Amino acid sequence: MEKLLNEFSIGLFFWQTLLFGLLVFLLWKFAWKPILNAVNDREDGIKDALAAAENAKKEMQNVTADSEKLLKEARAERESLLKEAREIKDRLIAESKDQAKVEGDKMIKQAQATIESEKKAAVADIKNQVAELSVEIAEKVIKKQLSNKDKQLKLVDDMLGDIKLN
Amino acid sequence: MRKPFLLKILLAAVLLLGNSAFASVKEDSSEEPKKDLKTEIKEYINHHLQDSHDFSLFSYTNDAGEHIYVGSSLPVILWDNGLKVFSSSKFHHGETLAEVDGNYYKLYHSKIYKTDAEGTINYDEEHHATNVKPIDFSITKNVVMIIVTGLLMLWLFTSLARSYAKNNGVPTGMGRFFEPIVLYIRDDIARPNIGEKRYRKYMSFLLTIFFFIWFLNMFGLTPLGINVTGNIAITFSLAIMTFLITNLTGTKDYWMHQFNPLGDSMPWYAKIPLYIILVPIEMLGLIIKPFSLLIRLYANMQAGHIVLMSLIGLMFIFKSWLGSPLSFALAFAISLIEILVALLQAYIFTMLSALYFGFASEEHEHEHEEDAELAHS
Repeated sequence: MEKLLNEFSIGLFFWQTLLFGLLVFLLWKFAWKPILNAVNDREDGIKDALAAAENAKKEMQNVTADSEKLLKEARAERESLLKEAREIKDRLIAESKDQAKVEGDKMIKQAQATIESEKKAAVADIKNQVAELSVEIAEKVIKKQLSNKDKQLKLVDDMLGDIKLN
Repeated sequence: MRKPFLLKILLAAVLLLGNSAFASVKEDSSEEPKKDLKTEIKEYINHHLQDSHDFSLFSYTNDAGEHIYVGSSLPVILWDNGLKVFSSSKFHHGETLAEVDGNYYKLYHSKIYKTDAEGTINYDEEHHATNVKPIDFSITKNVVMIIVTGLLMLWLFTSLARSYAKNNGVPTGMGRFFEPIVLYIRDDIARPNIGEKRYRKYMSFLLTIFFFIWFLNMFGLTPLGINVTGNIAITFSLAIMTFLITNLTGTKDYWMHQFNPLGDSMPWYAKIPLYIILVPIEMLGLIIKPFSLLIRLYANMQAGHIVLMSLIGLMFIFKSWLGSPLSFALAFAISLIEILVALLQAYIFTMLSALYFGFASEEHEHEHEEDAELAHS
């Protein structure tokens, strides 16, 4: 202990305290503060970059999920559209078939009616013509038979005879 | 790369020491009755461990028997009824008296004493000088080394700081070596011991003290014969700064703990008899903590230097083919260990300072919260 006290120099203590204090101050101002700030900034930067990367990854996942969902929806919609279209087609075909049938029937009926009436008209016409022809024939026949007086008188006699009989 | 470099340093040290040791043998043989080599080496080591008023690299005696010192003298600043400033070359390495303003000063065992014109040193019965010692504010070898280290640190770390600005936050050159150390002190010494919230205000002191001690320890291993961190005034100054910072930044909780260590765990009348013993112990602890810092650093560096120099000195005592290489190998091994010790002591000083700061700035409620959180998880 005595040796230690003997070795102790107030001057050296004074200089050491003064210079060390100065050194702490100067280094803080010109070295430690900028160094620690720079390191902190760098660390914050790295942290931010990592967080940003993580976010981007999450967003990417979200986007993928979204697009998958969209794709699925689109596929379902297509399915339903196709199905609907098929139904519509079927229905249309069936409807048009029915309609065509009805229409056809109607046309057939109309045709038949027309044919019938035409037939009737034709028959009536034929009948008329036949009547005219038979009248003409009868005229001609009568004309021929009644061309001479004898024959006319005979007819009258015959007719009178018929009436009497009646 | 590193090993040959160390070897060179060691060789240089050995050569240097050899020179000086032999030189002093010759000098002493002419002045005083003959001393043996062992005493010579012991005195040489003692002389080296002390601060000196001139920056001598080595000394030798030339053919004419003159003592030649290589190095430079340093300014001596004394407070002796007024400021006295003169060059240490006036002492001629303790061989002559320095006469300033009619006062005579003598350099005796690296200390300056006021003497009469003949340079008489009076002794008491224990062979201690009783002459008046003026207060010595000289720029000694150690002060020069503190300034050199300070400038080196300023240059190194301001250039590191500048390299961040220049390179977008990425260090270059020397910075790549020092940045991890700075980060280690921040992340593994300051943060865990002081706490995330409060560590910032202590960082400057911790970083400065770590590099300051480390660099000076490393300088102590060079053959320049520097022993700054092994000087009690230096370690005392460092420890007292830790002590002051610890107690000046102490929180209410810290002081409560000092004066009321048991808290509310028992009634006051039960505490009184305990506190008669406990409070003085706590008070003593306040002083013992920095005192252990100052003694640890001082003793480690001092012991390292003594062991290393003794082993080198052994070479000159053995002077044999077996002994000298053996002590050389030992000295080499010890100097490797000393490189580790240089770093280790700087680390321990910084670590313990951070620990004491942590104790002092701790807030107890916060700690309990953390405990509760830990218990939950």
